[in-house]
This record gives sequence, C-alpha cells and structure tokens, in this order.
Amino acid sequence: MILDFSSPIDYLWALLPEVVLAVTGLLVLTLDVFQRGDRSGPSRAWVRWTAVAGVLIALLANGYLLGIEAPLRSGMIAMDGFRVGTNFVILGATLLSFLLAFDYLRREGLDVGEFYFLVLMASVGMMLLAGSRDLIVVFVSLELMSMSVYVLTGFNRRDPRSSEAALKYFLMGAFASGFLLYGIALLFGATGSTNLALVTSEVARGTADGNLLLFAGVALLVVGFAFKVSVVPFHMWTPDVYEGAPTPVTGYMAAGVKVAGFAALLRIVTVELAPAASVWTAILWWLAVLTMIVPNFIALAQDNVKRMLAYSSISHAGYLLVGVVAGSSMGRSAVLLYLAIYAVMTLGAFAVVGAVAGEGDSRGSLADYRGLGWRRPLLGALLAVFLLSLAGFPPTGGFIGKLYLLLAAVDSGHVTLAVILVLTSFVSYYYYLRVIWKMYFEDAPEDAPLPAVPGATFRFAAVVAAVAILVAGLFPGRAIRTAEYAGEDMSPRQVTPLSQPAAPAGVIETNTD
Amino acid sequence: MDIETYSLILSALLFAIGTVGVMLRRNVIIMFMCIELMLNAVNLTLVVFSRSLGIEAQVFVFFVIAVAAAEAAVGLAIIISIFRHYELVDVDRFNLLKW
Repeated sequence: MILDFSSPIDYLWALLPEVVLAVTGLLVLTLDVFQRGDRSGPSRAWVRWTAVAGVLIALLANGYLLGIEAPLRSGMIAMDGFRVGTNFVILGATLLSFLLAFDYLRREGLDVGEFYFLVLMASVGMMLLAGSRDLIVVFVSLELMSMSVYVLTGFNRRDPRSSEAALKYFLMGAFASGFLLYGIALLFGATGSTNLALVTSEVARGTADGNLLLFAGVALLVVGFAFKVSVVPFHMWTPDVYEGAPTPVTGYMAAGVKVAGFAALLRIVTVELAPAASVWTAILWWLAVLTMIVPNFIALAQDNVKRMLAYSSISHAGYLLVGVVAGSSMGRSAVLLYLAIYAVMTLGAFAVVGAVAGEGDSRGSLADYRGLGWRRPLLGALLAVFLLSLAGFPPTGGFIGKLYLLLAAVDSGHVTLAVILVLTSFVSYYYYLRVIWKMYFEDAPEDAPLPAVPGATFRFAAVVAAVAILVAGLFPGRAIRTAEYAGEDMSPRQVTPLSQPAAPAGVIETNTD
Repeated sequence: MDIETYSLILSALLFAIGTVGVMLRRNVIIMFMCIELMLNAVNLTLVVFSRSLGIEAQVFVFFVIAVAAAEAAVGLAIIISIFRHYELVDVDRFNLLKW
C-alpha cells in the first residue's frame, strides 16, 4: 500500500498504532467510570484486558506499517523501519509491564483504570517521540510521555515514598524540559525551521550567522535528553525516583522512557544533525565515559536491590551512549538491539523485585534475598537469568547486545569507549553476582517471611521474557538482522540543496575547543 | 545592537534567573515558579525569532503555553499529594529517599 497523503485518511493509516493506543486509553478510562463502585467484582477484569487487547491490536497495526510505502519522507512523523522497530520495542515493553503488573497492583490496591490509561498515554507519547521529525512534535510528545510518568510515579498515594519520588521526578523533569525547550528555540533561531529535515539542510549548508546559536542549541538539546534518559551528571534524580515509584512503574519507566529517549536522540543527533557531528560527538563522548564509570561504582555500595538496579539502569544508559557516539548505521542497529534486550531484562528484574518485596513494598534489602533460589525456585531462577543478562554473560541476550555495541564502537574508531565498556562491565559483575550468591549460597533465617507465589499471568509473562532473552543469546541471527534493517532504514536527509550543494558531514566549523 | 539582540539577551537572563532559582530555592512552589519562568523565557526567545524567521515560532509558543498549563495541573496535584503526607513544602525535608 502506498500513501501519498492526498486525502486526510492517509494520515490516520500512517499513525495507526498510536491512534489505536490512544483510543484504547480513552476507552479504558470510560469503561472504568462505569465500573466504579465494586472493586472486587469480575467487571474490573474487563478494564484490564481491554488495555491488553488494545496493545495487541496496536502491535498488529504496527506490523501493518511495515507494508506501507510513503514516498513523502519529510513530514512531521517518520515513516521508516526505525520507527516501526522502536514501536515494536515500546509496545512490547508496555504489554510486558501490564502482564507483570497485575499481581502487584492487586496486592497494593492500585488496580484502577487510571493506571492503564496513564501507561497507554505514556506509550503514545513514547512512540510519537521515537518517530518525530519535527521539533514541535518532539516537545509535545516528550511532555505527554513525561507527564503521564510523573503521575504514575506518585500513583501509590498512601505511600509517602511514592509521593516524594513523584515530586522529585516532576521538579527535575520539568527543569530538564526547560533546557530542552531552550535548545529547540535556539536551534530554530539558528536554522529558521522546526522541521528537522529543513534544519538538517540548513545546518549542512553552513548558513546561519548562527554557529554560536547552533552550538548552544545542540548542547542544550543534548542536556535535556541527558536528563530524561538519566545520563551522568544529570542522573541525581534516578535512584530516588526508581526506588520510590511503585515497582511496575519503575520497570516501565526504566524500559520505556529509555527506549523512547534514546530512539529520539539517535534520530535527531546521528541522522538529522549529522552535519553538526563535531558539536555533539565531543559532548556525548564525555557523557558516555562518565555514565559508564560513576554508577557502576556507586552500585557496589547499595544494599537495597531496587536502588542497585536503578544505578544499573544508569550504567546501561552509558553503554547505549557508546552506540550513539559511534553514530554509524551499525551504531544505530546496536543501540536498537540493546534497547530491545534491555527493556525485557530490566522489566523482568524489576517485576521479580516487586514480587519479592511483599505487602507494602517493604522487603527490598539484599538480606531479604537470602535463600530465595531454594524457597521460591521460579522467582530465583527468573531473577538469576535477568541479572546475568544485565551483567552481559553468555549465553544471554545481554551478552549479544553488548558485543554488538562493542563492534559498532570499534568499527567507528572509538576504541577507548569500547575498552571502558568492557572494564566497567567487569566491575558490574560484582553487584549482580552478589544477589545471585545471596539467593543460592546463603540460608534465610528461620522466621523470614516467604514471598507469595506469583499469579499465572505473571508466571507466564516472566517465563516468556526469560526464554526470549535466552533465545536472543543463543540464536541472535534473526534479532540482529531485524535491528540492522531498522538501523539502516532511516528517513534520509533532505537532499534538495536550496542554492548550493549540501556540504558533506562534519564540514561545519564551530568553536568547540 | 538592535532590538532583537537586546530581547534575546533579556530572555537569556530570564532563563538564567529561573535556572538559578530552581537550584538555590528550597520551597517547592517557588521552584515551580522558577521553572515556569524558564518556559516563559523560551517563549520570549521564540517570539523574538518570529520577527525575522516567520510565524512558525509563534505557533510553537501556543504549544508551549498549553503544555505549561498541563504541567502546572500535574505539578500542583503532585505537590498537594505530598503536602498531605508532610504538611510542608520544603524539599530539604523530604528525605525518606536519599536525595
């Protein structure tokens, strides 16, 4: 099917997954209004499964996007393999968070329609952000995502930790949005357009008395994104927010926000702003180094497992930045592949942490994991798989992801980054393996409470996630080929030079030194 | 210097004041006001650019205003929710989680 955007309905087809998800969100909210009043009744399940069905339909709709050809490739939303790829990752993460969240929500009395509505809206924001090719869409979709997640963070109103986390996240997030917005405004001032395709051609022509404006704009944009995906030194909020938020929200946040943020960063920085590579490569190089080293060492000292996983999530942002700095299509494929694997393993790890924590989310310290592997074999085995994958041991998906990132970094000449990635991974083994040690080689005290057996949905989703990670590690061919296709099929830069031929990448001289 | 340069410097100053305010003040409401100041400094920047670069920037300003309104609603709701627990709005006192 070919879309030429001659009729308005074509826009609907081009945005089908996002539309399906948004409509599902509104439907869930409406259904929930009519279900209020009997909290324990079977009708409540309708709300839940409507949300799940909506995500499944959106997945199908996203598959349908693969078959669409859109000759017009300079619109506000990209129509390319990269968008379809990131959409699959985001929708998959949403589906997995739903299935893993049911138990927790019921236990904490949070199983209300608004939860599903907010997650669905956040996912719509993430998908639009990952596909946006216009700075206005970048801003609006980023805010849609962020605001839904602020509310989700404070979703457990009875728990002061949740409210505190929401406040910290909100203040830092809104602060970061200010930087991002100022960056966008300056970029507009330097190039005269918010359409990224036009921004690219302006930057490539080296117009603009605005090299200072351009430099400041790109720097502020990068800082704004660095806050959102929690890159050192803009990570201060992350451990607090991840620890305080309800655990399913933490998992969703760690997976979804990072996927969307990195996808947008990849698209804006390595494709649309490729002509200004000299500006952002230097900034991102240092951010990557800091983000790999700092959190891995702080995580060594944590004895709250949720907080330790928060630091681990920061360090993964560092690994992903290596792929962004590489900037090649191989780098983009590597980041996309790693994001997909990372989303599954981090969601799984946080879900098990949520199940172990028990009523009131109270048992989260390392000591509470003693003997878990023998007392609750399934939970123990699942957590072991997820942690080994986060650490990057073969034969898990995490190993393949890291290997591919390393290859991309070396391929583009960033050997130092590759070496730091390997060394910091070795450091991280300590804190991942320490949990596994506690689970299998230390005995629980006699009076230690036993975590409840997780429900059938949880068991099903978590086992599927763990198996997926092992399959990605043992038979990575297909996953890698898909990621390579998505990394190469990015909307091309605007090729029509307005008055003179476009300058090759990296020609612009800026005062970076 | 022309009027545009002056206005850009003014908006940069406003943005800086907002940034410093968020970092130095400890009252949540004041911090929130400083964030709004940052957003409005950006609006001013966009309006200045629209003089020479076209109407697109003014359209953007409306988006920013709408988003800032939504952000105010969410932000104040979160502040109320935490006020119910602590009965105060001083970020230094919110220390259940190590900041």
